[in-house]
Amino acid sequence: MPNKEETSSDKKLDSKEIMDRIAEASRQVVSGVEDEEVENWVTIYIMGRAYEVPADLTILTAMEYAGYKFVRGVGCRQGFCGACSTVYRKKGEYKLQTGMACQTRVEDEMYLVQIPFVPAEKPSYDLTEHEYDVNVLFEYYPELARCVSCNTCTKACPQDLEVMDYVQAAIKGDFKGLAEESFDCIQCGLCAIRCPSEIVQYNIAQLGRRLYGRYDSPEPEHLKKRLEEIEEGKFDKEMKEITKLSREELERMYAERKREED
Amino acid sequence: MKVSYYPGCTLKTKARNFETSALAVAEKLGIELIELSRWNCCGTVFSLTDDDLIHHVAPIRNLIRVQEMNKNGLVENDHRLVTLCSMCYNTLKRANIRVKEKPDDLKKINDFMYLEEDYKGNVEVIHFLELIKDIGFEKIKENVTNPFKGLKIAPYYGCMLLRPKEVGIDDPEEPVIQEELIFALGAEVIDNPYKKVCCGSYQTIRDKQVVSNLAYDILTHAQNAGAEAISLSCPLCAFNLDSRQKEIKEKHSDFTRIPVFYFTQLMAIGFGLNEDYYGFDLNYVNPEPLLKEKNLIGRNNAK
Ligand code: FES
Repeated sequence: MPNKEETSSDKKLDSKEIMDRIAEASRQVVSGVEDEEVENWVTIYIMGRAYEVPADLTILTAMEYAGYKFVRGVGCRQGFCGACSTVYRKKGEYKLQTGMACQTRVEDEMYLVQIPFVPAEKPSYDLTEHEYDVNVLFEYYPELARCVSCNTCTKACPQDLEVMDYVQAAIKGDFKGLAEESFDCIQCGLCAIRCPSEIVQYNIAQLGRRLYGRYDSPEPEHLKKRLEEIEEGKFDKEMKEITKLSREELERMYAERKREED
Repeated sequence: MKVSYYPGCTLKTKARNFETSALAVAEKLGIELIELSRWNCCGTVFSLTDDDLIHHVAPIRNLIRVQEMNKNGLVENDHRLVTLCSMCYNTLKRANIRVKEKPDDLKKINDFMYLEEDYKGNVEVIHFLELIKDIGFEKIKENVTNPFKGLKIAPYYGCMLLRPKEVGIDDPEEPVIQEELIFALGAEVIDNPYKKVCCGSYQTIRDKQVVSNLAYDILTHAQNAGAEAISLSCPLCAFNLDSRQKEIKEKHSDFTRIPVFYFTQLMAIGFGLNEDYYGFDLNYVNPEPLLKEKNLIGRNNAK
């Protein structure tokens, strides 16, 4: 984990620097410990080749330990961006498993391959040109109707979503169900890779959430109110004062802030 | 009476009027249709290929949900599953028969769905019309407050309610179940041999003309026998017999449009239920002029 000093820096960082910093912070796990200090080792197979790696690494850091450098197929390192999809099988098991490389711990005798990109259909559309109707989903993704309810997508989902249920909600035109069931999707694409009916679950869900958001979600009252307050300049004075504070003062304020109850 | 109910995808989209009318008449009859939780598409078409088990996963998964309904106390020790759409009825019922007759298939399907509890083969798939028959047409008569006073209605069955014989809800050659219902509602039953003729089903997507020709035969035979309206139970038949009247009219200018009802819409009218339950906005041929002419709607709304 990055220490406090790094996260609360007041210097403006561009996005590349931010990514580099996050990567650096994670890399310490690999490079900060000497091999002699590692007690447990496992053997993993990266694209068929065996490597001995410390047992407490994630797939991502283990691959880096083994000498791989990620140019694509990695992003947030925190399980949010969906870039590090992995397919693996453990020796002696028939099941093909899936996971996010940054979130899955290596296990002994794991055969691994990264899926840095999923070749999935992703049409462009203009939400304002469509009615709020199930036909929109079928228009862009007609293969939706091919779902055989095998549930393979659900088994592949690293987010433990009920993917088949949201696909079925889509077929029924249940936009609310589709939006809510798919809400935690990180668009890794593993469902689509495994689907025998070649459905692109995650992109369908995204279209569904967009339509639902545009046409059917209640407008949050508190947000409307707060936007009005901002426009009326309610926080201008406070904002001005805050921007003049030193880093130490800001840190103290942050530490002493009144927190909302969980 | 609480009983598990399978709506099917179309009843949630293009045929919402079938569902709203059905739920309303069921309630009037004291039947609580409890929608299956987490149901999926029925599979649409029953696969006839011998080793194509994957296409039976969808229907069997739905039957497992009926077991869950019982386990969760949503229904009480009642393993019936009521369907409305004829197509869903046919697919679910045939898949059920198949796995009961072939335990090896059932085992494979159960093994494949290892995240679900096993299907034990104890669910009975029925059609809402069968449930009505069980309750008795006398009971239907008792609930009629807005009798059809001789409106001439031709029942249409199509294929899925009758064929193959093992799943038919009635005699596949001489079905009478809809006739009895229509009669109980106070309407005149118009019988004709085209009530069992296929409407063209999915050909409607590939070739409109094939279907509108079939629909023309089916509808004009009913009309020649005197029918003023059609009663049916399948959203796809409804689309072909109702919406395709547009294509019929383009080809046959002398054709007179005829309203097509889900049988549950007819029941809702006959029971004098609130007109909100009829859902005529989804009917292609507007039935309101006919119903007004017969003084069946536009009266003071009952419940
Ligand atoms: S790198 Fe973003 S989810 Fe793994």
